[in-house]
Amino acid sequence: MNWTVITQSLPQFVAGFGITLKLSVIGILGALLVGAIISLVQYFRIPGLRQLATVYIEISRNTPLLVQLFFIFYGLPGLGVKLSATVSGVFGLIFLGGSYMAEAFTGGYNAISKSQIESGRALGLTDLQLARYVVLPQGLTASVPALAANVIFLIKETSIFTVIAIPELTNTALDLIGLYYNSNEYLFELVVAYAIILIPLSLALTWLERRVRYASFGN
Amino acid sequence: MLASGIKVLFAGQNMQRLLGGFLVTLRVAIIVLILGGILGVLLGALRTLHNRPLRIILRIYLEIFRIVPTVVLLFVAYYILPQTFGLNLPGEEVAVLVFTLWTAAEMSDIVRGALESVPVHQKESGLAIGLTQAQLFRYVLIPQAIPVALPGTINLATRIIKTTSLLLMISVMDIVNVGQTLVEANGHKNPSAAFWIYGMMFILYYILCAPLSQWAKRVEKKRLERANG
Repeated sequence: MNWTVITQSLPQFVAGFGITLKLSVIGILGALLVGAIISLVQYFRIPGLRQLATVYIEISRNTPLLVQLFFIFYGLPGLGVKLSATVSGVFGLIFLGGSYMAEAFTGGYNAISKSQIESGRALGLTDLQLARYVVLPQGLTASVPALAANVIFLIKETSIFTVIAIPELTNTALDLIGLYYNSNEYLFELVVAYAIILIPLSLALTWLERRVRYASFGN
Repeated sequence: MLASGIKVLFAGQNMQRLLGGFLVTLRVAIIVLILGGILGVLLGALRTLHNRPLRIILRIYLEIFRIVPTVVLLFVAYYILPQTFGLNLPGEEVAVLVFTLWTAAEMSDIVRGALESVPVHQKESGLAIGLTQAQLFRYVLIPQAIPVALPGTINLATRIIKTTSLLLMISVMDIVNVGQTLVEANGHKNPSAAFWIYGMMFILYYILCAPLSQWAKRVEKKRLERANG
């Protein structure tokens, strides 16, 4: 391990780190939004949209992100839709993540016992009130562990952005290896960079899961 | 303009080549599922034993494979094995090695969770009637753990299939790599060839994964119905 190699390449890794973080945050927020909408469409069985949501989840969950990215970046121009690599990447991550988040939300809603819903209806709550006061508070708490797992999953998936040459962490490392062959040093930096993002985050998410669990079960 | 690209799919040997790449993808996925599955079951069973150092070591193994993206693990093995260990394996074998270790880590957690989901009184009753540790696993723990572990295992299989798309990155001629070669060869004359070739890839992965996902959902639903009456 040569430390000068590491210090010299540090600025590139810092830049890649920033891009990985930025695209992850945008992608995750987008995926949460798409997932929340889709899960509500499915929960309240909104006709038409519901079938569309099912088709989307099926396609998104059963194909790899790498193929989705290739299709968006290289395939869509055939339809006259030309997106930059970065936009394709974020779009792909949201396309992939949206279905995972939707399933996480749905799992949470389904964890609510039927008697809760029936009691709400017996009290004369409308669908909207039922969603606001019964389904969402309990369902969102129950979906936190799955949502947290998806956040980690999506950050790791950004490493696949390298195939469409977005200069994020993995791409930075592979480029440097191609140029200078110091694979040990660059791979070491790459692993450390992901550890810096993911270890504190996974600890924080575990803490959050415990807090949320406390809120609903008191232990 | 779109219609002209579809001809590329069926021209010459293109479709056979694409399906040939698909076979490589399938082969890797099946080998990884078998090897990783077996290793994962063993590690998962070990993690339920009351041996602290062993549990900690296996937990660290799991966390490493959880934290580091699979792409990165793949490249680490691809560069480090020949350089540091003088082990010059073909790309496909490097991939099988890395994916197997990753699958084993994930599988060990599924198996551990399933074994621990069996109520304690079952285990104690087994011991009380004089079963040995091996008999306890064979007649009490494993039969009750399998329905719990099955949905997660099927989902892991679809994740393995999807992960094989990374083979491209270490130059294995899998379906994605073959497709990319076809696009590069035909893209200039036929700009919409990419749409059809990547679309075809989309469909092939979908055909493979969708039935598995459906199966996992059905099995899970059945199990919950049985558990909740």
